[in-house]
Amino acid sequence: MRDWPQRLQKHYRRWQWHRRGKLVSEWPAYLADRQKKTRDERLEHYFAAGTFDPQTPISDVPLVALDVETTGLDPSRDSIVSIGVQPFTLGRIPVAQSRYWTVKPRRRLSDRSVIYHRLTHSDLANAPRFNEIVGEVLEQLAGRLVVVHYTRIEREFLNAAAKHYLKEPLLFPLVDTMAIEAFHHRRLTWLQRLRGRRPVSLRLHPSRERYNLPPYQAHHALVDALATAELLQAQVARHYALDTPVGVLWE
Amino acid sequence: MDIEQLEIRQHMAQFAPFEYLGDEWLDQVATRVEISYFQAGTDILTLDQEVNELCYVRSGAVEVSRRSGQLFDRLVEGDIFGYSDIMRNRRVRFPVRAIEDTLIYFVPAELFDALRADNDDFADFVETGGDRLKATIDQQRSDNQMNSTRVRRLIRRKPTMVDIQTPVGEVARRMREDNVTSVLVLSDEGEEANGPRHFMTQEGQVRRLAGLLTDRDCCIRTLAENLGGETPVGEVMSTSLITAPSDASIYDATMTMLNHNIQHLPILYRRRPIGVLELSDVMRYETRSSLYLVSSIFNQSGLAGLVRLSGDVPLAFARLVDEGADAHMIGRTMATICRSFIRKLLELGEAELGPPPIPYCFMVLGSCARDEQTVFADQDHAMILDDSFVEAEHDEYFQSLARFVSDGLAACSYPLCKGDIMSTNQRWRQPLSVWQGYFRDWIENPDPEALLHSSIFFDLGYVHGELNMLENLQGLISRLAPRHPFFLAAMSRNALNRTPPLGLFRTFILEKDGQHKDAIDLKRRGTAPLVDLVRVHALACGSSANNTIDRLKDIADTRLLPEGVNDRLRYAFEFISMVRIRHQALAIESNESPDNRLRPDNVESHERHNLKDAFEVLSHAQKFLKFRYPMPSTSSRGRGR
Repeated sequence: MRDWPQRLQKHYRRWQWHRRGKLVSEWPAYLADRQKKTRDERLEHYFAAGTFDPQTPISDVPLVALDVETTGLDPSRDSIVSIGVQPFTLGRIPVAQSRYWTVKPRRRLSDRSVIYHRLTHSDLANAPRFNEIVGEVLEQLAGRLVVVHYTRIEREFLNAAAKHYLKEPLLFPLVDTMAIEAFHHRRLTWLQRLRGRRPVSLRLHPSRERYNLPPYQAHHALVDALATAELLQAQVARHYALDTPVGVLWE
Repeated sequence: MDIEQLEIRQHMAQFAPFEYLGDEWLDQVATRVEISYFQAGTDILTLDQEVNELCYVRSGAVEVSRRSGQLFDRLVEGDIFGYSDIMRNRRVRFPVRAIEDTLIYFVPAELFDALRADNDDFADFVETGGDRLKATIDQQRSDNQMNSTRVRRLIRRKPTMVDIQTPVGEVARRMREDNVTSVLVLSDEGEEANGPRHFMTQEGQVRRLAGLLTDRDCCIRTLAENLGGETPVGEVMSTSLITAPSDASIYDATMTMLNHNIQHLPILYRRRPIGVLELSDVMRYETRSSLYLVSSIFNQSGLAGLVRLSGDVPLAFARLVDEGADAHMIGRTMATICRSFIRKLLELGEAELGPPPIPYCFMVLGSCARDEQTVFADQDHAMILDDSFVEAEHDEYFQSLARFVSDGLAACSYPLCKGDIMSTNQRWRQPLSVWQGYFRDWIENPDPEALLHSSIFFDLGYVHGELNMLENLQGLISRLAPRHPFFLAAMSRNALNRTPPLGLFRTFILEKDGQHKDAIDLKRRGTAPLVDLVRVHALACGSSANNTIDRLKDIADTRLLPEGVNDRLRYAFEFISMVRIRHQALAIESNESPDNRLRPDNVESHERHNLKDAFEVLSHAQKFLKFRYPMPSTSSRGRGR
């Protein structure tokens, strides 16, 4: 196991831990605490909606897929350029309820990232700043369990943006479809590794292929949010019972 | 509209019935769908469950089953289901289960109802299953100008009309003044004003269209016969008038001229002549290689020239397909070309062997007779001889003539008939009375086994010689057939021998028993059973039409088929024929020899849906046939005689 990348080792340990039946149960307490301490009305409103008892079956929980596109990968230097959310449940994804925002970055856009997500400098020049839309975004997330593909980007960038504009951290429970994918598709036995088998790709679109989900245009926050919502439906259908407690899935 | 909805919209816009929607409605649909994922093996709709949404397969595959659990249908990307239940009582009649991991888009019923109310094509599609075909066929038809443009568009001036007593010299001067190459000859003879040639002139007089005189007639029938300019036109005009109605398509009019080898065609509105169409008008209107091909066949002076021309036939075929001609047009053009070859060969044969000792009629059978020929069709033909036939005296002549035609056709890439249904076979080169005997025997003492090989004789097409001999046989058939239930039952039994598959699914053909095949013979499993089926109905209603579409028109005038079935059969037939034709054209273009075996990977997805619908229409019609012409009990057997 020592030759695994750092991040995978972490995932592996965490899933080991899940399998022992332990639940990540601190979230309700943490959010309640934040609600008391926050000085921002929008954050207070969000935290007031709370979260779910970790024992709640996943099929009973209203979900929302979230995707942010950024200028780069480093939350301290790069910033958010667009946010897409798609509310859904395990049964249905109502497309009409999706929302999308472009966000003016804190720093100038590099040419590289323009190619990446097709948002140009002029698209973003007139876009609102993060603090102007954060209220609307939080309204969409309130009362729903957030689903992302790869926790780090969404969690760290939202947190960094909140610290910058609101001077407060913004953390909440997330279900990570990539972690679920890593757990179910990346556990190679020592024999498989000995034979040189490469681990499968955990990126959003290759992961979707494994569930026979159609290819979508990648790197648009809203399309990726929809793609993530569909992926979670597929993952739960394939790997979990409908009454799986949310505490097993979130992190 | 958000990009995510664009993804949805783009996908749905490719498939019927959503492809008929205007942009605004499509936007509505794309913004209001709900999405859900179903793992392989899970139920999507269960029996008697309430449905309030139309379901659209975005990816994956589902299986629709009957109440009994029997496989009813399999659907893939772009297919819809659940909508017929919305229109009925909102309860699921056919349960649906995912057989692959499947993503479904749900469209709310209110929106579905609004779409039906607003868009007729959409409504037609969902209300009558087969109409995906209709839309496709109509589309193809409107794409083709020559087929849809009426012949009256080419008529630019009134016809020059002269009285039957007018001297030819004066007629010639009128032709010069009016700068025309033909005149119509009128008479006021005949008391009955209701004859087929009688019409009311614009001045209100009742006249009769007696004949036609062309500039060529002036030359050949007048000057060459040493007749003077004072001869009344009535004595030199041609009286065998072929005409066309003004609402005939240009294509139909052209084919009429080519089939009768005439250059001038009077065009009638009701019964009044409104002009004369010349072949050159059509050529000017639209240059088509196949028309040139037919006229060059007539201009050849020997077999070598015909063989050379025959190399152009596949090219003409491929070009017709390219230009968007429909199956009906292509079949007719190819049959006309084939008949032209035969007619020219007969002409050459008669020139070599001398004039025929007794009158005869040369006919084609099968696809050529039905005007449904494709490329490289087998030759099927027969000869009816006059009843004065004496074998010892005359047969040598006709045998040589038959051999000349048959060998000539073979040289022109029309392979010999494997079943030996050719006039070279003495059995199919007989006097009229013997032919009558054949048909009586087939109809009055039907034996399904024997009829299997002779169904082709119920498609008789005229090529050359005495038309009335052929009409005599056709009359006999249409008189006898409807009165012989045993014969109809035997024919319909044979028509059920070949059945269509359930449909195309992914990369294979799905058979009704759930088996997979990698290719389908479009003729054996599609067009041929359809032709057989329509033939039975046509025989039952005494139609003497040969073409399947024409037969369907005759059948439509009766009450043989339930309402709507007729149209659906026509669309199914045109569609399968067209897929077959395109498949062959593709082979020709890539220098392969065309066949009828279609592989599903060569079919576009929307065509796949249509093909499936067409097979379904055929399948239903076959079931109906079984029930419509049951084997009668033995006691009723004698009644027809």
